[in-house]
Amino acid sequence: MQKTSHPTLFAPLARAGKANSAVRQGLVFLGLLVLLAVGLTLGVGQGAVQIPLLEVIRSVLGLQENPIITDLRLPRVLAALLVGAALGLSGAAFQGLFRNPLADPYLMGSAAGAAFGVTLAVSLAGGLTGAFAQNAVFDFLPVSATLFGFLGAVGAVFVVLLLSGGASRTNDLILAGVVVGSVLVSLTSYLMLQDADRVRAVFAYTLGNLAFISWKGVGSLALYLLLTLPVFLLLGRTLNALNLGEETARSLGLPLGQLKLLIIGAATLLTATAVAQVGIIGFVGLVAPHALRRLIGGDYRYLLPASALGGAVLLVFADLLARTLIAPAELPVGILTTLLGGPFFLYLLWRGRRKG
Amino acid sequence: MKSVEQCSGLNPMDLALRPRLSALSLSFSYRNRAVLSDINLELRSGEWLALLGPNGVGKSTLLRLMAGLLKPSTGQVRLGGERLERWSSWMRGQKIAFLPQNGGYPEDLTVEEVVALGRTPHLGLLGRAGKADWEALEWAMQQTQVTEFRHRLLPTLSGGERQRVMLARALAARPQYLLLDEPTNHLDLHHQAEFICLLTGLRAQGIGTLTVLHDPNLARSADRVAFLSAGKLAALGTPREVLNQPLLQSVYGGWVRVHEVEGEPAVLLGG
Repeated sequence: MQKTSHPTLFAPLARAGKANSAVRQGLVFLGLLVLLAVGLTLGVGQGAVQIPLLEVIRSVLGLQENPIITDLRLPRVLAALLVGAALGLSGAAFQGLFRNPLADPYLMGSAAGAAFGVTLAVSLAGGLTGAFAQNAVFDFLPVSATLFGFLGAVGAVFVVLLLSGGASRTNDLILAGVVVGSVLVSLTSYLMLQDADRVRAVFAYTLGNLAFISWKGVGSLALYLLLTLPVFLLLGRTLNALNLGEETARSLGLPLGQLKLLIIGAATLLTATAVAQVGIIGFVGLVAPHALRRLIGGDYRYLLPASALGGAVLLVFADLLARTLIAPAELPVGILTTLLGGPFFLYLLWRGRRKG
Repeated sequence: MKSVEQCSGLNPMDLALRPRLSALSLSFSYRNRAVLSDINLELRSGEWLALLGPNGVGKSTLLRLMAGLLKPSTGQVRLGGERLERWSSWMRGQKIAFLPQNGGYPEDLTVEEVVALGRTPHLGLLGRAGKADWEALEWAMQQTQVTEFRHRLLPTLSGGERQRVMLARALAARPQYLLLDEPTNHLDLHHQAEFICLLTGLRAQGIGTLTVLHDPNLARSADRVAFLSAGKLAALGTPREVLNQPLLQSVYGGWVRVHEVEGEPAVLLGG
């Protein structure tokens, strides 16, 4: 027998080889929901302008007019929730599908594809000279940027699937993902070199930014999440079976080829929408499933919804920090998640090794 | 060796009605190289059939063909009167359980969770576990004696315990046929003996077991032995018939000696 899944990282851990009681899982879900509620409330109230809690509640309920809340903060906080959930969910699904705890939602080239799409949109829109005096780069991106980002992400994953000959061989998929990602990054860099403004626009995009999300963007994020969530919730047991190895999963009757395409398709729709709307936000899709696996165990029927909640909590709080740390200025939230997520991930690795 | 009917309490008629798993003039080629040619082999209900042969002779390939995981180049595998490909994958999974040699194991699932995955063919994609599923789970864990550590995670078990868990996973589907690829590999003598004893118990339940083995001595208590050599079925019969000096010497070379120990053939390496 070989250990093929999750080497050393998860072995004995804090759970000391004991089962996860239903009580423990319930507490984790409850804790995540409470954290999310706190994060959302703080997120709407805090920022460049502080708004008292009572006023927040009154405006959300429509008892009071406050455009800062209804036009800016609310869509932004909801976008953080939806993008975080999308990344957590697709991260967990990819970690299960590839049986690799280091898999992240961008593994199959969706981030590079989205960046390329946005760059192309900017290039086609022509010069942007002089548009970058303020910290409002996104205002000057053409409206089509979101669409191009989405198409770029979906297209990249499609090419990866074509190159790897379907989803049958997992290693080929990962390799093709790396190759397509690298080629797209080179193409993107070449396009960016055409003029300096383009560099700035695309750079700001790739850093991840929730500041300019509109209600329309929130709507499409919610739509894709609602469409794909049932798929993921139904596929939990399949991902568990995949943990036994692909051959065993097939011997259990699972139509593996179709299921893999379904998982990749659903995860790609989610990440593509997220990347297209708010840019590339790193580490959320890697850390959320990783941390929750330790808390509630490896059963994907629970891990998938928990990772969605965990991703939402992470990004809502990260966005809150990004807005308040150097207020009234803002940090790009993608920089923050990477700065915080990197060390946290190292800590998880280190703890796993020490206990293992 | 008692016959199945004597010790199982199963009605022999029931066994006779079960679909048979058989290979008919089966051939398999990989990249234009013939791996197996013209294999005829039937796995009967309640028998333990050991598949022996030197490394790289196609034992595992034959096992995968019989499990429906590979498609034969020519010939066919039949389950009952029907070609195996024509069974739905779920139905096939209910009748035939397969345990690969290096399947890997989930590191963050408990024994019970892993064994429960064996019910997948009965649940399909959307099914919810019911009474029959819980009963099969308990039965499989009892057969393999893993019930006492049902709540432990797999990495905390010894190799022998883990292998029993994987066997329980295969049994949880309540299959009629069990196909095992070198199940005693990497196990010490004690655990090998324990595992062989377990297989003997399964015969009594009417389960037909096909095991790939590379050590001929482990096949001594099998009902029948099939010996593969150069992609062909070189011999098929009782262990006593198959494990003979001329055959083993022609395949493994002149150092192999077959002696009689306690009335059964034992294969040794001579000088």
